[in-house]
Amino acid sequence: MLRIVLSRTLPRISGISNCQYSAAAIPVPNAQPEVHYNKLFINNEWQDAVSKRSFPTINPATGEVICQVAEADKADVDKAVKAAREAFRFGSPWRRMDASDRGLLLSRLADAIERDTAYLAELETLDNGKPYAVSYSVDVPMVVKCLRYYAGWADKWEGKTIPIDGDFFCYTRHEPIGVCGQIIPWNFPLLMQAWKLGPALATGNTVVMKVAEQTPLTALYVASLIKEVGFPPGVVNILPGMGPSAGSAITSHMDVDKVAFTGSTEVGHLIQQASGSSNLKKVTLELGGKSPNIIMSDANMAEAVEQSHFALFFNQGQCCCAGSRTYVQDTIYDEFMERSVERAKSRVVGDPFNMKTEQGPQVDEEQFKKILGYISSGKREGAKLMCGGGVAADRGYFIQPTIFGDVQDGMTIAREEIFGPVMQILKFKTLEEVVERANDTKYGLAAAVFTKDIDKAHYISSGLRAGTVWINCYDVFGAQAPFGGYKYSGNGRELGEYGLDNYTEVKTVRTPSPPQYCRIKCSGPIGNIS
Amino acid sequence: RKCITVEFLLTASVLLLCLYVIWGDQIFIDNEWHESCSGRKMPVHNPATGDLLCEVEEADTEDVDKAVRSARTAFQLGSPWRCMDASDRGLLLNRLADLVERDRLRLATLEALDSGKIFLMAYFVDLMATVKTLRYYGGWADKVQGKTIPVDGEYFTYTRHEPIGVCGQIIPWNFPVMMFAWKIAPALCCGNTVIIKPAEQTPLTALHMACLIKEAGFPPGVVNVLPGYGPTAGNAIAHHMDIDKIAFTGSTAVGKLVQKAAGDSNLKRVTLELGGKNPNIVFADCDLEYAVEQAHSGLFFNQGQCCLAGSRVFVEDSIYEEFVCRSAEKARNKVLGNPLVPGVDQGPQIDQKQFDKILELIESGKREGATLECGGGPWDRNSLFIQPTVFSNVTDDMRIAKEEIFGPVQQIMRFHSVNEVIQRANATHYGLAAGVFTNDIDKALTVSSALQAGMVWVNCYNAMSTQCPFGGFKMSGNGRELGEYALQEYTEVKAVTIKISQKNS
Repeated sequence: MLRIVLSRTLPRISGISNCQYSAAAIPVPNAQPEVHYNKLFINNEWQDAVSKRSFPTINPATGEVICQVAEADKADVDKAVKAAREAFRFGSPWRRMDASDRGLLLSRLADAIERDTAYLAELETLDNGKPYAVSYSVDVPMVVKCLRYYAGWADKWEGKTIPIDGDFFCYTRHEPIGVCGQIIPWNFPLLMQAWKLGPALATGNTVVMKVAEQTPLTALYVASLIKEVGFPPGVVNILPGMGPSAGSAITSHMDVDKVAFTGSTEVGHLIQQASGSSNLKKVTLELGGKSPNIIMSDANMAEAVEQSHFALFFNQGQCCCAGSRTYVQDTIYDEFMERSVERAKSRVVGDPFNMKTEQGPQVDEEQFKKILGYISSGKREGAKLMCGGGVAADRGYFIQPTIFGDVQDGMTIAREEIFGPVMQILKFKTLEEVVERANDTKYGLAAAVFTKDIDKAHYISSGLRAGTVWINCYDVFGAQAPFGGYKYSGNGRELGEYGLDNYTEVKTVRTPSPPQYCRIKCSGPIGNIS
Repeated sequence: RKCITVEFLLTASVLLLCLYVIWGDQIFIDNEWHESCSGRKMPVHNPATGDLLCEVEEADTEDVDKAVRSARTAFQLGSPWRCMDASDRGLLLNRLADLVERDRLRLATLEALDSGKIFLMAYFVDLMATVKTLRYYGGWADKVQGKTIPVDGEYFTYTRHEPIGVCGQIIPWNFPVMMFAWKIAPALCCGNTVIIKPAEQTPLTALHMACLIKEAGFPPGVVNVLPGYGPTAGNAIAHHMDIDKIAFTGSTAVGKLVQKAAGDSNLKRVTLELGGKNPNIVFADCDLEYAVEQAHSGLFFNQGQCCLAGSRVFVEDSIYEEFVCRSAEKARNKVLGNPLVPGVDQGPQIDQKQFDKILELIESGKREGATLECGGGPWDRNSLFIQPTVFSNVTDDMRIAKEEIFGPVQQIMRFHSVNEVIQRANATHYGLAAGVFTNDIDKALTVSSALQAGMVWVNCYNAMSTQCPFGGFKMSGNGRELGEYALQEYTEVKAVTIKISQKNS
């Protein structure tokens, strides 16, 4: 079944290189990759934490400690911000660099990551638990593409000249914001790092990035590549650490100009608050979702079942855009349910380094317990457990692929983000009804509709309050298309050209244009001698 | 393929033997090498020595037909090229840039041998610009975005930016490999297919690029390179009924023919980069030494063979004598010689025809009463070198003030006031580029707004970059190359409108 996941995702994320990512071409992984870097990366140097503290990072497939990692705190954040500020100083090598050379550095970084694809995929799987085949053929290639995409933007982010009233010449400069704090989650550690670094560096900012404490390893390896390809010191600083200490220090720092956060809505609130209580730093947020996936009766059944399965179970259900409310039209509800259950039952759960594995462990014990708690609440509140519902292995954090039927909109599992392999299937009758119910949530990250009717597709895609709508597909990502949320799902957009806006200050420059210009302008064209 | 070994000096002290190989001397169609249908070949000379470098297959109408069929097939709906992700088109252009970088020394050597330009200039200017242009458009490929448009009524409208189709491209001999990149990069970035005719004087780097295009992995038929002459191969491209667009860089006289051919045939889209007689205005308040130096390189760069050449230097009267004196001094100090030798800063003109034309215009300058400050004739008897020449007291009605010379001949005129110089600068049917030297921001803005030219440089000249558009007002051309603007020249916009049942904001 791995092939199905791959064949559904790959054609969209790779083109001429399709063939090299077929399952057969994936190299046999080393399930115990060596960890080369476990310190803080500040000013292009590896440093211990000021406090000398460290924390363990765990292999979620076994629960065993992989290694200790230096733990950044406020003092380290201060050091990193200082380095980033110095790198951003007017006249610094980074500020004076041609935009095209910033692009070239990002391209070189993409090349270096591509070169080390197998190692990075191994490390990602070890630290995060996602199947190696996916790390290798989805996560890392998407990282490479994202960085290449933003490399191209570096010298194309153009200001304007503006015809204002009066005798003035007016133009805009698109300037970098400055020192950007970036806090990224553990569900796509490498990819989230690329989404954050790509636009920030293309536009000329400097970065202090805190990576999730669950998954610090790949980000630190990428830090070594950042140094290798030649980014000046201080441009990118990477700090493993905890949210309440290092994360909080970034968000309330008086010398950080902007903060970008991807994670839970709960923490998103804290970040916006911290900005308000400190220096009004610019804030962009990519937060949670409870995304509706609407299956109309005229949809291609096999395709809708497979895509809905993928929409929820991909990445162990640990996606902010997971299609976790599957609304199915009543006339096809039973058949859809039956086929979905069959599909979930056949899902291969196990060792993420095994090539046949579709689903690895959840990222840690906390998530594992939280998901099991939601499954209990579903049973308690009267949803019908169709399959799964329990632990899938005697060690590590594995959970059975679970489906609930007859889910009602008011149930906890229909309202809260579960972030695990638990699918809710709900029944609806009419178009208008389903749009209203789909929108009846505080979230607005993503949504999908499956139908062959172009008019229904358009009606629903216009009616849904969500930052991304997929029609007859799900989880189709490309670096070129923006991603972000309505309502409580976030603020601002990542990826695409839109992603650049969040890393740019626009400066308007006006200067008097001399009055004689007006006379000349009015005098009309001057005759040719030809 | 022919191997030629040449010796050249890379540094003043070290003699390097550079073995170079002419990778391509045939017609490149469908990623394959072909002999010409007519069986004809054309000779390629080294203008510095007059030696025959090699013979190259000469394309004519039949070869153009073959190439168009191949480009049309490559452009067919459903073809690998049409189905390719835009980002992968970008990746191919980036790979091509990497290959050019790898072969930079080879290409620069070929370029210097074939066109007579200074080797170090070819290496540092032409090849650098080539690599940057390919990378720049590599980045654009997946950023050529259509729009969704809030039309009135119950409709949903979006635009697709589609490639135009088969593009004919005809390039000149003054910057052979750089012009090649300027033309193919935006065309390929947008997904077109290309038939490109390099100048008959300088086909070698274009054919080497063809090898690299194949090596990078472009599908067959996407780029076809046809060395040949204007009146035969060029004419066939311009008149072809199955070529959707033509882009030409060259003389204004031929530009008119190209436009006419489009009108006579299938109304193919036309973009033109043509000649110039570019004013370079020097005010008394500028940094004089710097302005002299910039005006000098603005004219003499590339043996004066630039459409951008600042060939009418207008100098404010209070600094006129000093400016002329220093300019003549600079011109006299120029070192002529073998373009492969470091320290040489002027090579030969491209061919006998250009050489004769330049000398004829120099004679007209003398005859019409301009003051010859230095130079004024051939450098030695049996070669294509011309002495760096400076004329002062040039008046606007002289031929050397009106016609494009395309050689190392600098005209210096005198002016009194801002308005006067603007009028005189614009009094030409050309409108390609212009320069202004002043420390006064008001004058700079006034003059730069008033000049009818596609590029205006303030306190600099020839400051080109791939991000910045390039093209001409009036008879200097039509459309823009480089920058985001060039993408428009290689896209058709398709508006798709879908009836919907209910519209909402």
